[in-house]
Amino acid sequence: MPPDTPPHVRAGLELRNVSKYYGDLAALMGAQLRVGPGESILLYGPNGAGKTTLLRLLATLARPSEGEIVFEGRDIRQHAAAAKAAIGFVSHSTFLYGDLTVRENLEFFGTLFALPEPEKKIAAALELFTLGSRVHTPVRKLSRGLQQRVSLARALLHEPTFLLLDEPFTGLDAATVAALETLMRRLPDTGRTVVFSTHDFERGAALARRLVTLEAGRIRYDGPVEGRIQESGFRIQESGRQTTQTPQS
Amino acid sequence: MRSLKIISAVLVKDLRLEWRNRETLASVCVFGILVVFLFNFAFEPGREESLRQLPGLLWVAFAFAGVLCFNRSFALERENACLEGMVLAPVDPGLVYLGKMLANLIFLSIAQCVIVFATSLWYNFSFVPSLKWFALITFLCTVGYVAVGTTFGAIAANLHMREVMLPVLQFPVALPIFIAGIEASTGALKGDPPSSYMSWIKLAAGIAVIFVVLSYLLFEYVLEE
Repeated sequence: MPPDTPPHVRAGLELRNVSKYYGDLAALMGAQLRVGPGESILLYGPNGAGKTTLLRLLATLARPSEGEIVFEGRDIRQHAAAAKAAIGFVSHSTFLYGDLTVRENLEFFGTLFALPEPEKKIAAALELFTLGSRVHTPVRKLSRGLQQRVSLARALLHEPTFLLLDEPFTGLDAATVAALETLMRRLPDTGRTVVFSTHDFERGAALARRLVTLEAGRIRYDGPVEGRIQESGFRIQESGRQTTQTPQS
Repeated sequence: MRSLKIISAVLVKDLRLEWRNRETLASVCVFGILVVFLFNFAFEPGREESLRQLPGLLWVAFAFAGVLCFNRSFALERENACLEGMVLAPVDPGLVYLGKMLANLIFLSIAQCVIVFATSLWYNFSFVPSLKWFALITFLCTVGYVAVGTTFGAIAANLHMREVMLPVLQFPVALPIFIAGIEASTGALKGDPPSSYMSWIKLAAGIAVIFVVLSYLLFEYVLEE
């Protein structure tokens, strides 16, 4: 993309023919994906399909073996700081220190992200995920679901433009799932982008506008959620937002 | 200013974690004291022999105490993949390195004080006459050693058999520091004039600066997957 391309066109994260190998194992092969502003994208596929690898590449936690990742029209490595400031990532790991309290963890990451008015943002994040009563509890003493809530609060602390969520509903109770779903629906309307993976297709399809399916490290489908999509191993039928998922005969 | 904030945030975080569980200091100090005790028990040296053995003994204790310290430092980061959490932030990885290096320097310095105190008791040896020079030599060599140890601690954190790999990787690189430390400490403890071991002190200072700068610059690549 030429350097004089308008910002609204340049804005976005893009994988250009990206492959990722771990030794002999090809975790992702030839991935082409453009993530624009205000999108809501569901990554779907069986275990080992490459969803987590794709998210880690977008989050700058992994370097592609082949191809390039582009952020706002430039190689992401060339302005990694700007890219990282625009990305929030929730992974299987919480990235939280077990012996620090909830507040201490958020303060620490707030400092790393150079938050303006950190107290205000920490308070807002705590309120959003109803963590107010746990502020002074060491993270180690929280349940898995509560730790996931703190992890979500950490990822949203710097109000990222691109929110990357790897299985975000794991361990969450119904109320927190509802709060997260509301947030995930609201964020794209404010120009922010949510890219998430889940094995719960019904829930994911209800939240996303775009579906990317992966299988054996390759992107098999990239398009609107609506419609009938057939993937090897899965047949996904959709009627409005009511979906069923059955093994392919 | 922002750089200082990042360094102090990482440092304070590590100090706070240590204050909460006290695992690093406790294990490092106990290990160091055991080394000193075992050497004393094995050799029962007189004053002359003590002077010959002490610098080597002390640096053996410091070296292995350091291994425990660096392993523990990154064990805390491995839990919940916290190091990746820091990599996600828009900060210069070199600043994260400096914060962790300073924390390790503090922990190892405290352990060294305890080890030296235990040594003076068991060997009935007073460090007071040569304390100024001995402290300077130990500090400079410890800065160099911690600079290397923090970097290799981060590298080993991603390896299987990391507890074994850390000393195997870092000792060859840290060898010049140990040699400078032992040679200069021998002169200082004997009460020789500083000019006779000044070249070793300069070598230790030079190595410390080179290791800190190199590690600061290369830490970005150490953190990459």
